[in-house]
Amino acid sequence: MPVTPEVLLTRLQDALGDKLVDGRVALGEVTIEVRAEDWHEVALQLRDESGLRFDELIDLCGMDYSTYAETGRDEGRYAVVMHLLSVVRNHRLRVRTWCPDDDLPMVASVVDVWNCANWFEREAFDLVGIVFEGHPDLRRILTDYGFIGHPFRKDFPVYGQVEMRYDPEQKRVIYQPVSIDPREVNPRIVREENFGDVGHG
Amino acid sequence: MAEIKNYTLNFGPQHPAAHGVLRLVLELDGEVVERADPHIGLLHRGTEKLAEHRTFLQNVPYMDRLDYMSMMQNEHAYCMAVERLMQVEVPIRAQYIRVMFDEITRILNHLLWLGTHGLDVGAMTMFLYTFREREDLMDVYEAVCGARVHAAYYRPGGVYRDLPDSMPKYEVNKYKSAAEVKRLNANREGTMLDFIEDFTNRFPACVDDYETLLTENRIWKQRTVGIGVVDAERAKQLGFTGPMLRGSGILWDLRKTQPYEVYDRLDFEIPVGQNGDCYDRYLVRVAEMRQANRIVRQCVDWLKANPGPVITGDHKVAPPARAAMKNNMEELIHHFKLFTEGMHVPAGEAYAAVEHSKGEFGVYLVSDGGNKPYRMKLRAPGFTHLAASDEMMRGLMIADVVAIIGTMDIVFGDIDR
Repeated sequence: MPVTPEVLLTRLQDALGDKLVDGRVALGEVTIEVRAEDWHEVALQLRDESGLRFDELIDLCGMDYSTYAETGRDEGRYAVVMHLLSVVRNHRLRVRTWCPDDDLPMVASVVDVWNCANWFEREAFDLVGIVFEGHPDLRRILTDYGFIGHPFRKDFPVYGQVEMRYDPEQKRVIYQPVSIDPREVNPRIVREENFGDVGHG
Repeated sequence: MAEIKNYTLNFGPQHPAAHGVLRLVLELDGEVVERADPHIGLLHRGTEKLAEHRTFLQNVPYMDRLDYMSMMQNEHAYCMAVERLMQVEVPIRAQYIRVMFDEITRILNHLLWLGTHGLDVGAMTMFLYTFREREDLMDVYEAVCGARVHAAYYRPGGVYRDLPDSMPKYEVNKYKSAAEVKRLNANREGTMLDFIEDFTNRFPACVDDYETLLTENRIWKQRTVGIGVVDAERAKQLGFTGPMLRGSGILWDLRKTQPYEVYDRLDFEIPVGQNGDCYDRYLVRVAEMRQANRIVRQCVDWLKANPGPVITGDHKVAPPARAAMKNNMEELIHHFKLFTEGMHVPAGEAYAAVEHSKGEFGVYLVSDGGNKPYRMKLRAPGFTHLAASDEMMRGLMIADVVAIIGTMDIVFGDIDR
């Protein structure tokens, strides 16, 4: 039988102690936050402690919070989020850490804890530009060979920066600045908290 | 005798056994693979980035284009994530319809996998048989949503519309005589559910046919038994899910262990392998097709007996009925706001996962309270499976590489996203 999210959170609090910066249950899911310097140690604990036993890394992704609700987040700009699953104990967990340095976001790699983190970390490096210290082979994975920039950062335009075409004069494929005009059909809207209340505005 | 040196071989991206656009760089010693380095991203369309610039409803069709062999299951995970964030209740009939189409999709996917995997390792006939059955299910897809592949049928809050009362029929033309058309239309006279019921009656015999061709086939066994062995511990380390994990002997299926929708009310079994080789994964998937057929049948029976709404009545999430919209100002405003500005999803984050044909397909959705997702991360099962190819292929022959790519059931739509 799987434990309830609240019980799991208490177990996490007992196991991690003051390494746990924040822990909460929302929408039936447990989320914890840890400091970047504890990242690797916490990962090992999550995998090996008998009450936790998170034996599978389901997902790991880089996040750019710079335009969150238009203003960004106080904790920082970049974060790494991983989703863990315990096949043995049948529970799930989300772990987040904030990268301390916005200019060079860096956290420790967890490839030695869960081997499948290899490609996930390469993807986070490629798309968001987070560097994973200790990763055996940190190359780009999804973007083109020789791609410049990290496309999932919020300041990277959705239309990209370069486009590719065949140039008949040079008889080869060339890159040139993108020629599409930016266009947004439906603007992004974040409503204020009491929108639509009687007597508001 | 001349000394043979190591050399590097580019396998794909145009090789037919690469299942799309896999570029696999193989380092070979003679015919033995020393190292395999898959280069992916040739089909990268930036779905997650595009999603940040589309409203929650506009994102649904993008999901079909991820794993384009199990379209509705992708939509399912996305809709579940939105529903969890918005705390919307889905009507029970919609849940049954979703489960039925998830399982139809699983059969579609496994049929394609069986056909192409057979083709890769030399069992040419399989392809012809499996595509015959796929055609019937494609017709079901088309009848329910108008598209054979890119359905956009599931919506946050339910499904787009109720099941149709009739199936499209063949017509007489210069290639098909009246007698021929009568035979072809025999099972299309009733409702769509009757057609699906007829399919579930026929399908177990079809699976028996496939098994006659392959299961005890000497060549098939020589190509798959003991190839690409992954033990249970390694399978977990490598992040395997779905048939890849079950083939290694771990009983884990989200439909049983963390049931969503109405799977806990349905009767089905989870097939598990023993040795973790290509042959066991083949057996697991074939058994899964039989179980999926059972689930579809149970859903058909339930759906025939229980009419009801198929999408939530909350007009902040789902559009009002067409007739109501024409007669009522408030409904008109709801319709207009929903299809221009879109729904507003409360700030928060949710991860919803479904037991996809290939493994666990998850959607991690972060909303900051706007009408578009702040960030969406798709967890594709094929991504971790392909990442393990180096470990699985090392020390085997080039011919086995093809068998391993086949057994991983790779589709690039969701690996590259």
